[in-house]
Amino acid sequence: MPYETDFTNQGFTKVGTRVNRPDGVDKVTGRAKYGADANAAGQLVGRVLRSPHAHALITKIDTSKAEKLPGVKAVLTSKDFPDLTGGNRGLMDILENCMARGRALYDGHAVAAVAAIDADTADKALKLIKVTYKLLPHVTDVDEAMKPSAPIIHDWVRTAGVTPAPTAASNVAQRSEFGHGDVEAGFEQADVIIEKSFKTEQTHQGYIEPHACLATLGPDGSGELWVTTQGHFTFRNVCASLLGLDVAKLKVTSSEIGGGFGGKTHVWTEPVALQLSRKANRPVKLVMSRDEVFRATGPTSSTSVDVKIGAKRNGKITAATAELRYQSGAFPGMWAMFGAMTSFACYDLKNVKSVGFDVLVNRPKVAAYRAPSAPMAAFAVESVVDMLAAELGMDAVDFRIKNAAKKGTKASYGPVYGPIGIGPTLDAVKNHPHMKRKLGKNQGRGVACGFWFNFGGQTCTDLNIGVDGSVNLTVGTVDVGGSRASLALIAAEELGIDYDQVRVTIGDTNSLGHNDTTEGSRGTFSSGMATIFAARNAVEVLRQRAAATWDIPVEQVVWEAGEARAKGKQNNNLPPLSLKEIAAKSPRTGGPIAGHNEVVADGAGVSFASHMCDVEVDPETGATKILRYTVVQDAGKAIHPDYVEGQFQGGAVQGIGWALNEEYIYGDDGRLQNAGFLDYRIPVCSDLPFIDTQILEIPNPNHPYGVRGVGETSIVPPLAAIGNAVSNAVGVRMTHVPMSPPRILKAIEDGQA
Amino acid sequence: MRFESPTTTKAAATLLGSESGVAHVLAGGTDLLVRMKMGAIEPDLIVDIKRIESLRTLKVAAAGVQIGAAVPAVRLGESDKLRSLWPGVVEAANLIGSDQIQGRCTVVGNLCNASPAADSVPALIAAGAKALIVGPKGKRRVAVEKVVLGPGRTSLARDEFIEAVVLPARTGKSADAYLRFTPRTEMDIAVVSAAVNLTLSRGVVQSAKVVLGAVAPTAVIVPAAAKALIGTKLDDAALDKMVAACRAACNPIDDKRGTIEYRTKVAGVMARRAALSAYERAGGSK
Repeated sequence: MPYETDFTNQGFTKVGTRVNRPDGVDKVTGRAKYGADANAAGQLVGRVLRSPHAHALITKIDTSKAEKLPGVKAVLTSKDFPDLTGGNRGLMDILENCMARGRALYDGHAVAAVAAIDADTADKALKLIKVTYKLLPHVTDVDEAMKPSAPIIHDWVRTAGVTPAPTAASNVAQRSEFGHGDVEAGFEQADVIIEKSFKTEQTHQGYIEPHACLATLGPDGSGELWVTTQGHFTFRNVCASLLGLDVAKLKVTSSEIGGGFGGKTHVWTEPVALQLSRKANRPVKLVMSRDEVFRATGPTSSTSVDVKIGAKRNGKITAATAELRYQSGAFPGMWAMFGAMTSFACYDLKNVKSVGFDVLVNRPKVAAYRAPSAPMAAFAVESVVDMLAAELGMDAVDFRIKNAAKKGTKASYGPVYGPIGIGPTLDAVKNHPHMKRKLGKNQGRGVACGFWFNFGGQTCTDLNIGVDGSVNLTVGTVDVGGSRASLALIAAEELGIDYDQVRVTIGDTNSLGHNDTTEGSRGTFSSGMATIFAARNAVEVLRQRAAATWDIPVEQVVWEAGEARAKGKQNNNLPPLSLKEIAAKSPRTGGPIAGHNEVVADGAGVSFASHMCDVEVDPETGATKILRYTVVQDAGKAIHPDYVEGQFQGGAVQGIGWALNEEYIYGDDGRLQNAGFLDYRIPVCSDLPFIDTQILEIPNPNHPYGVRGVGETSIVPPLAAIGNAVSNAVGVRMTHVPMSPPRILKAIEDGQA
Repeated sequence: MRFESPTTTKAAATLLGSESGVAHVLAGGTDLLVRMKMGAIEPDLIVDIKRIESLRTLKVAAAGVQIGAAVPAVRLGESDKLRSLWPGVVEAANLIGSDQIQGRCTVVGNLCNASPAADSVPALIAAGAKALIVGPKGKRRVAVEKVVLGPGRTSLARDEFIEAVVLPARTGKSADAYLRFTPRTEMDIAVVSAAVNLTLSRGVVQSAKVVLGAVAPTAVIVPAAAKALIGTKLDDAALDKMVAACRAACNPIDDKRGTIEYRTKVAGVMARRAALSAYERAGGSK
């Protein structure tokens, strides 16, 4: 039965409280089971041999010596992965990324794999595999890859989105354009125009838990996969397609997840582990090393962006354009498209145009990273917004408020906004005590805004009531950020029972219908919606059971405060029946009581944030210290404020690392030079101040409680907020992220010269 | 792979001398185990020297300090007396790794790992530290700067190891300081570093030693920088001269951690700050 998804502005007794998370004890005691924590009798160790070359033909792979090594049970190359994609190039890209097919496309690309009785044997076997490479010219820089002289990564790629369709191969996989109005006319009306180019380097999500799985696949074509993932249903579907399995015969269970941030939305070694298991007919455990995680999973794009914005003296923007060039690694992506869509989403613009170019290079296939592509676009746009405000002699916050999008604004990427939070977050920034802090010598302040779409998608949820009245809620969205606590609160709210009475389980792929991956900040939004409806479905059953017990029509039974109450004078003598009482009688009143819901949760409300940041820069070393950092973001409705704040803080911290130090460093040989946490510098605790947060609640009209996704937007403003703060501190505009100490020192010196 | 835990230095030297394959000495293991895990080395023999009682000894006196090869860095910071005698050596040792690493890592291990970016090495050299080397034929004592030959290379024979480093007697108004530059506040590796050791008389520098780290294949002693400080009260002209001398002595590389230009510049900045810190610690005032 369909339920009404509109916001109803109901009151809450449970939602909005700060209860303990149900998985907390397991996690702090080490009892929680992550990807590498599952074991099976007779399991083998899987290992992958990877290309040391950025681009090379694989002319020969001799696995004979490895196969003869005692203890080796299976050796795989691309020959063991027949093409079952039916001409689906997207699927073929996934397969080719899992195992190179005749050509290594980046440093770290898998070329062979082994399964052996132990790690030592597997490592020895890898060394016995002889791969003959013929080196090809490579390119790792996005701007270089667009030049006509650049080596072509895939000869079958023709630039999409261009008319007439090109006939020659290109590294530009796609051109995408968004906007409206007449930008040329708009710039003519401008009193001041600022135009600037920016670069951002490639970063990795940096999750602490490496990819890990335990795969079992028998000759009968049925299998099981225990894996750390953000979306076990998606993993099941993709693995089944690549390996020719029936979807229903592959049971995928998601482990606890030690961070994903988008990087665990895609398969990397899982199809390899399953195929090793099928060949060896034994379970295979495959755990990536940190080096492999950096070299061969899915970091976000490095980018190169030009932005031009013009405004009147009165502070009104008349036109804005952006050209965004994003590399997607060795396979086509749509990351520049997202950059182009999000770049001007915060503003109410009459004339706007953004063009994205998705570019192939010899680097690992780019994957989603928390609001993928938006932070780089925001860095460029919000930097130019800051420069423009300064040029106009306006306060940078007032300038943004004057141009902020609002309800009814036609977004630069197409739709017309409903109620949105960009204006309110800017007002909150303007009035925040943070903005009144006095800045000292070598200190600077920066403000920046950010936007993310959010996503809803398919969800399927079960709610089962035990005979003791305890409730098991089974959801199919992996809990990446405290969603089990939020969903238990929602179930408790709807049923009118204690939070502790609800237990939330993440169901495996054989226990629920399809659930989309936990991505697009959809976990609490979509599973929250399905939980509301599943609970309401169960309440109907509870009312029916009470009506039957009382022998009155169900219409006379209402559900209030966790109990069935009989309405009407004729029923005055009937004492209420609690959920526990109804559950206890359920074996005799019709059997177990359950609620169920499946929904395509449309209407994920867009999300906006404004960040402010104070920094101090050491002018002699270029080192930046973050002195104070504040996040203001619209959550729609904060179901569990702790985890909303945690998302705000986590996104800000990842953005701080990205802004200041994190970057993939490639040598001239096309090899990644810093595939480890020593030289890929995510921040440590002592690098950071307390990240202050302020939650705004502008209800999403398309969710019964008003929920908007909150997980991603918080990483969008930091690059720009810190960029503006550092630029203000040193008096030179910073245009290259990360703003590492050598880059800042050089910028200061170039500025003085 | 064999793992041995001898209880005497002689037994340890014998084990190392009789191994025909690749042998490594294990103290804290904070470098060795990482390299093994990365697959960079595959030892046939590991000799754990932590069971040798004398190597776990830390002797602290004004007349001299002896830091045993198995003394974890954290113990240096726990000695108030050592901190007041050699604050620079202690701060250098306590910068290695993280709190967890501090409980295992040793300054002798830091020295023998022979990284150009080792934190404790410039401070030890500035302090005039000597390494006590044991081998099957007995013991020898060499200046710390003679131990490291280049990245990953030492002057130790294959059957030798260092049982301790010793710091000389401390006299008069003396102090040292060590500073490094890292992008992160901790759990990082020096992009460039400087150690300065000073002795004052009535506020005037009588003797000085300036050593730079991570600007060349080994730590670099800069006599011209020391000379610029001697006879001064660290006035700006003296400091400028020292900074110029330090920059002239740099021979760094461009790599993922920093550029030649950046390292050269910041070497001077670190040296200036370290000199001022050492001067103030020694009782000088400006």
